[in-house]
Amino acid sequence: MTVERHPSETPSGVRRFAAPFRYLRLVAPLPIGRDAEWAVPEEAPDERLRAPRRRVLPRHAAVGFIIPLLILIAWEAACRSGLAPRNLLPAPSAVLGALYDLARRGELLGHIGITLFRVFFGFLLGTIVGTVLGALTGYSSWWRRLLDPMLQALQNVPSIAWVPLFILWLGIFEASKVTLIAVGVFFPVYLNLMSGIQQVDRKLVEVGRIYGYSGFALVWRVLLPATLPFYVTGLRGGLGLGWMFVLAAEFMGASEGLGYLLIDGEQTGRPQIIIASILLFALLGKLSDLALVSVARHYTGWQDSFRAASEKQADVADQRRLETL
Amino acid sequence: MLQISGVSKRFEGGRGASVAALERVDLAVARGEIVSLVGTSGCGKSTLLRIVGGLDPPTTGRVRVAGRAVAGPSPDVGFIFQEPRLMPWLSVRQNAEFGLASLPREERALRSEAALTRVGLAAFADALPHHLSGGMAQRAAIARALVTRPSVLLLDEPFSALDAFTRISLQDHLLDIWREDRKTMLFVTHDIEEALVLSDRILVMRGRPGSVYREYAIDLPRPRRRADPFLIGLKESILDDLDLAAAALMAAGL
Ligand SMILES: Nc1ncnc2c1ncn2[C@@H]1O[C@H](COP(=O)(O)OP(=O)(O)O)[C@@H](O)[C@H]1O
Ligand SMILES: [Mg+2]
Repeated sequence: MTVERHPSETPSGVRRFAAPFRYLRLVAPLPIGRDAEWAVPEEAPDERLRAPRRRVLPRHAAVGFIIPLLILIAWEAACRSGLAPRNLLPAPSAVLGALYDLARRGELLGHIGITLFRVFFGFLLGTIVGTVLGALTGYSSWWRRLLDPMLQALQNVPSIAWVPLFILWLGIFEASKVTLIAVGVFFPVYLNLMSGIQQVDRKLVEVGRIYGYSGFALVWRVLLPATLPFYVTGLRGGLGLGWMFVLAAEFMGASEGLGYLLIDGEQTGRPQIIIASILLFALLGKLSDLALVSVARHYTGWQDSFRAASEKQADVADQRRLETL
Repeated sequence: MLQISGVSKRFEGGRGASVAALERVDLAVARGEIVSLVGTSGCGKSTLLRIVGGLDPPTTGRVRVAGRAVAGPSPDVGFIFQEPRLMPWLSVRQNAEFGLASLPREERALRSEAALTRVGLAAFADALPHHLSGGMAQRAAIARALVTRPSVLLLDEPFSALDAFTRISLQDHLLDIWREDRKTMLFVTHDIEEALVLSDRILVMRGRPGSVYREYAIDLPRPRRRADPFLIGLKESILDDLDLAAAALMAAGL
């Protein structure tokens, strides 16, 4: 067996000078005479052309907490010194106090629980429908021509616009809220799965055909694993939209939930309640995304570029989110 | 072992446009023979190989492998592409076992173990493809093609994406494999030297649509010296054939 080099260190064929050289040196003394011009010692590289040295900064995930912490301190200080009007901008300590009050009265868990419940079932429903339709339109151009234009048009309907209709159809209780959330979750799941399936490398599918796979086996062995990273991106985008839509759902006709808490804070003039629910939304949204990602990483760990790619696509999802609301 | 008779291929494009890729190709390959196809790019070498492998149907003509008409991919015919085409989510071992799904697990493990050892990748069985160099990945692809024990191997420029040193080592490797069980090989390359070192016969293809223009038989024993004067003479002659082909193309205004 010959010694292999990783492509990054392998000389790319005969075009480069320095590369064959490395091999020549193994078997022959340095070339002399005419060929000696090859052996001209490298000039000292121009210092200005060197890549700038990398700064040493902490890379730990904890750096993400630095700025929020600084803001909290400045905020608390501003409130204590009377710089900020307390009735409009309560201090962080006051927000914490409000949260503690809610928890002590046993209301906090109820609000969080019902919101989580809605997001969970909305996510489940939207994911199921998005998966079925995304798979259908991804695999079959006939289904795509049939369904995609309509779905893309519906995607542009602002979330709030659905609320009266769903309340009319499904009543003011959980069904209408879960359905609204499902609508939000549906689109990213559907779009990412469809385009993911379309983007699967045709050459890998061909390998599948060579080894006799077709139909379900081809889907299971080649198409599904190749699509998974896109699907995960869709799920993450869907979950994010689920959290947006749960707010829309709870703004109207809810008597419980974080969205209700937020509205209640506004109507009773308690800004600390408003801020507390915003913080809870941020925290729960982030935690649920983390949970999703850690489950997904188990299946998509093979893809080095997975994080970079999905981060880029998450940006796209974010934009879409802004357009939708 | 392999009979290609009167095979032509037209690709139908949209709005009545169509490309003639192959024109009446006849070719017979005996059991254990290594036959190379060389020719300028676009003369239909890949198209011919894909038809033999059952990936595309011919427009006219017939292909038989071991006496049976080809109607689709078959485990008796292994295909190795220019790119390794490994499944990036499977380990090297799982990739090697890709064509064995219908076998029991122990049998799969035995076969993939043997094939990976044969291509010198046993130590990398659990690595993922993107941790392999280009040469190692291509050897993994060879292992994947070997495990189904095909009697015919089709290779479409399998080493052309590799650097010169890796390419030579893999050519030697392929000959080692051939010596063990004398598989029939149809080998597409645009590297004339590669064809000279490996093949019993070299077919020069040219034209659009492509057809077989000339055939060279090489009776030298293997392994062969690359600097062999006879081979160098052959190389000149083949280059002349290909130049002619290019001149003819130019004259035809292509
Ligand atoms: N799927 C296809 N559809 C249309 N034309 C094709 C297709 N595949 C190959 N061709 C055409 O057929 C001719 C031969 O192609 P190919 O077999 O790939 O040549 P080679 O492998 O010798 O370079 C080319 O003109 C190419 O454009
Ligand atoms: Mg080709």
